[in-house]
Amino acid sequence: MDGERVYAYYPGCSLHATAKEYDLSARAVCSALGVELREVPDWNCCGASSAHARDHLLGVALAARNLALVEEMGMREVAVPCAACYNRLAVAGRELQDDGSLAAEVREMLGRPLEGSAKARALLDVVVRDVGAERIRDAVKRPLEGLKVACYYGCLLVRPPRALGTEERVEDPQSLDELVRALGGEPVEWPHKTECCGAGLSLARTDVVRTLSANILKMARDCGAGCVVCACPLCMTNLDMRQAESLKAAGEDSSMPVLYFTELMGLAMGLPGAERWLKMHFVDASAVTRREAAAARQEEPC
Amino acid sequence: MARVGVFVCWCGSNIARTVDVQRVAEAARRIPGVVFSTDYKYMCSEPGQTMVRDAIREHRLDRVVVASCSPRLHEPTFQRCIAEAGLNPYLVEMANIREHCSWVHQDREAATEKAIDLVRMAVAKARRDFPLFRNEIPITKRALVIGGGVAGIQAALDIADAGYPVTLVERTPSIGGRMAQYDKTFPTLDCAACILTPKMVDCASHPNITILTYAEVEEVSGFVGNFTVRIRRRARGVDMEKCTGCGVCYSKCPVKVPNEFEEGMGERRAIYVPFPQAVPNVPVIDRQHCRLNNGLKCGVCQKLCPTGAIAYDQEDEVITGQFGAIVVATGFKMWDHSQIGEYGYGSIPDVISGLQFERLMNASGPTEGKIVRPSDHRPPKTVVFVACVGSRSENHGHEYCSKVCCMYTAKHALLLKEKYPDTQAYVFYMDIRANGKGYEEFVRRTIEEYGAHYIRGRVSRIYRHGDRVVVKGADTLLGRPVEIDADLVVLATAMEPQDDAKELARRLGISTDQHNWFSEAHPKLKPVEVLSSGIYLAGACQYPKDIPDTVAQASGAASKVAGLFSKPHLLSEPMIASVREEDCAACGQCVRVCPFSAIELVDVNGKNGASRRAARVNEGLCHGCGTCVAGCRGSCIDLRGFTNAQVLSEIDALALA
Amino acid sequence: MGDAISAQSAPSSGEVRIGGRPAEPGFARQVEALSGQKLSACYQCGECTAGCPVAFAMDLMPNQVTRMALAGMSGEVLGSRSIWLCVGCNTCVTRCPRLVDLPRVMDSLRQIAARRGIRCPEPAVRAFHDTFLQGLERGGRLHELALVAAFKLRTGRLLQDLPAGAAMMAKGKLAVLPGTVKGREEVRRLFEECRRRPAEDDGHGR
Repeated sequence: MDGERVYAYYPGCSLHATAKEYDLSARAVCSALGVELREVPDWNCCGASSAHARDHLLGVALAARNLALVEEMGMREVAVPCAACYNRLAVAGRELQDDGSLAAEVREMLGRPLEGSAKARALLDVVVRDVGAERIRDAVKRPLEGLKVACYYGCLLVRPPRALGTEERVEDPQSLDELVRALGGEPVEWPHKTECCGAGLSLARTDVVRTLSANILKMARDCGAGCVVCACPLCMTNLDMRQAESLKAAGEDSSMPVLYFTELMGLAMGLPGAERWLKMHFVDASAVTRREAAAARQEEPC
Repeated sequence: MARVGVFVCWCGSNIARTVDVQRVAEAARRIPGVVFSTDYKYMCSEPGQTMVRDAIREHRLDRVVVASCSPRLHEPTFQRCIAEAGLNPYLVEMANIREHCSWVHQDREAATEKAIDLVRMAVAKARRDFPLFRNEIPITKRALVIGGGVAGIQAALDIADAGYPVTLVERTPSIGGRMAQYDKTFPTLDCAACILTPKMVDCASHPNITILTYAEVEEVSGFVGNFTVRIRRRARGVDMEKCTGCGVCYSKCPVKVPNEFEEGMGERRAIYVPFPQAVPNVPVIDRQHCRLNNGLKCGVCQKLCPTGAIAYDQEDEVITGQFGAIVVATGFKMWDHSQIGEYGYGSIPDVISGLQFERLMNASGPTEGKIVRPSDHRPPKTVVFVACVGSRSENHGHEYCSKVCCMYTAKHALLLKEKYPDTQAYVFYMDIRANGKGYEEFVRRTIEEYGAHYIRGRVSRIYRHGDRVVVKGADTLLGRPVEIDADLVVLATAMEPQDDAKELARRLGISTDQHNWFSEAHPKLKPVEVLSSGIYLAGACQYPKDIPDTVAQASGAASKVAGLFSKPHLLSEPMIASVREEDCAACGQCVRVCPFSAIELVDVNGKNGASRRAARVNEGLCHGCGTCVAGCRGSCIDLRGFTNAQVLSEIDALALA
Repeated sequence: MGDAISAQSAPSSGEVRIGGRPAEPGFARQVEALSGQKLSACYQCGECTAGCPVAFAMDLMPNQVTRMALAGMSGEVLGSRSIWLCVGCNTCVTRCPRLVDLPRVMDSLRQIAARRGIRCPEPAVRAFHDTFLQGLERGGRLHELALVAAFKLRTGRLLQDLPAGAAMMAKGKLAVLPGTVKGREEVRRLFEECRRRPAEDDGHGR
């Protein structure tokens, strides 16, 4: 076992509010695995999708300030739990690397040094690749015992593949699946791993989000899943907070627990407080803790 | 004292529009060494050439300068012309006042001055020309054809019919290639095997053709007319003299492995013939999978063989042959669609490639010609064909078009509807490329007579849901996304060069493009030759093409070979490097830098009978590139026709003007 | 022949009328300059349309957006819902055989539409972005409660998500007070700098 791993930590705006349980579970799990997270001091909002929709330079600059702050911390890697924030920081970082004149302009705007040495890492990637399945398995105290899990990656963890430099198979990623296996669960084979949930249209065109989210939840159910696991606060909002209205609009009434992967890890690792995180969900996820979901799902996988 | 004649060409208006050719001719008269100068509208024409010849005789010219187009175009023309007038053909110099002057400048005054300078330089060079002579190089009148598909077969037959012996080398256990895998061919819907097997048999029975199967070319050396090729004939494990092709051995072999010929859709045994009509009809033991070879108990085939033809201990045979010409006909392979994530990474059993569908359709295929889903063997009711899978895509590494997929997709849809009229056939396409004879009509029939539904748009995603396959495409003409619940999906995957194409190119000393297709000498005018003389291309190894073009190209390559062999000997290129052996220190630098491996160090007689080494240029291999001349530390290599003195005199002429 | 060339240039205006409406010359170039993408690289295969998750709700299909931009149909494209409904999921650019970065093109079209003051047919989407950025410019971080409140005021959707909001608060998921960012001055300056700098599309200014 190596010594402690240390990463800068960029929680992003949602993790301090609507995705609080993601932040709590992420910190708890990392601490238990010997991963030290140091929150980037005075981080700013990455700009999400609104900044680059308004102005390309603004989108890069907002992300760049955070990368500059990470460099100032003397750190090389910043772990980012939110997929959207990760995507912004990684893509902006890549653009700064590839375009020297853009980097010069942004440096000038920031009034801060920016070497380009800081790299954004998705928290999921840090856990699965750096910590590794073996160490995770060792930390499991209450294995998920065949719980059937639909691993939902969403859009921004793996796309666009060239800019993110991901090692994942972009159309059939495996990191969450590996993680679930390490926790003792059974990832189901299903085709909607990276289908969009509707993302930022959550407030403005909730009707679109309802359609897309219902499709995802129904497919997960059809493929035999007892729950869905994800790695993005926006996906979580759409699939959890908006689940009832989405399924109702689609004429369905079953319910599918949706969890952050860190919550699932916390449950499997027997971390205290794990059940409290689930209480912050909209869809009752206690079934997961009772493992009933595993027994009830006898349907054929897709 | 040289007597130089200068002939300035108008080239119609190509040169004269920009260069004052009469002034150039006038100025040339004053150049030292020039005794005659004139201009004419078309120097390369018959009257123009007559003018040159007449001037040579009348003015006793012994050197000629033609100021006109690029020597690449007409140098041979004027060499022949002055030879007819009794001069050595290498005593003519071309001053390129077209491509290097009139075609790239607009300023008439400056262009004319430049043209005069170019003529001045050419005169200086011509004065230092000396007669050059071509040597005779013998030709081994035996051809090697690498690759036993329809291209190689056709080339071999044509060369053999022209009266020359041919060795046909094929890597797999039988000749036939891709065409043997096909069911029917477009647009005539001839059965592929029915039209191919007669040619295969002709090859086998032709007295001039020697077929070596299960064999590969290992090493090639030499040059046109004189290639030395080492061929490894792998051990079949079966004695070809004794085998009668009865087939008992492979009917009883206990080992089953995926059959390459069936594109993985069917099985073969460890001892096998790839398909029933194999030529030669002698099985091969796949040593990797043979139980006995892996130390397990077996020997079934040997026990059963009625003629005792099984020879487990047989070893590879290495044959070294001499050939005068080589035809490369090594064909292509299909891109592996497991690389497309959005279509399932190859993990969906009911998503297959076009070539796999071809095997399903073939009556001697894995399902005896019945179209069934690989997953559950149920006949499909809805089949979706997807064109351009991997082709025309920077995303998937092939920007090029694979040329034949539009046609074979139409063929697949037509044959499917013909066999099973109640199935629905959908074809997602971007464009229809049907530009051969009868091709457009064929596609229209598929759509209008056989009722295949053509949808203009690509497919973004294919996934499994339950036991059906969902295809998410678009119809851009309707402006809508289109989703189809299908039973079977057929992907028209891109054509690619063979995996070892680059390695073979290296062995032959020929070039490949960035995709590893073999490079022809000129895409328009020399489609069957490569830059190295004596090696020719036939078939899809050069670029995707259909059967008619392949056969035509193969015959074209064969005619080049026959043309080469019809000569009593070859004449060497005289503008090559030569070493002043008395000055050479045998440092070996030229040997190292020569791109054609045309120089070697040999023993020569030194002073007082002592033995020493010096470099010597192989006149057959040397291309006259001049790299050795530049690299020689002692300046003891010179290039005939482009000597150091000549080049320096051109520079002096320019500088001192 | 060379002397017979007239000094006058040829007479036609070169106007292109599509469906009767004149195309905007230079529009394609503006979009290309801003997005850094070659619109002519698109061969209209439709793969983007086939894979777009929100195509079902769009008025123009993604491939039509590209085609119309190339053709200079600025009115139709800039006034479409499609450019505002694009969520930036990146499915299209991942699968595009010509590697056209359509999300970047969509961004550019949004930017041009906003700059030209074109009426947005998806006002709630526009309001969301504007509210988000306003809050961000002020505070350096997103305060979700404020975002939602401002969004509701701007769109008049006062009752939307009220139960959800209440539930969020009960679960402790909506911070009442915004967190402060000491560097929010820096963030504000970034916004100002971006406004000050000229657009990347030569001449069509802010």
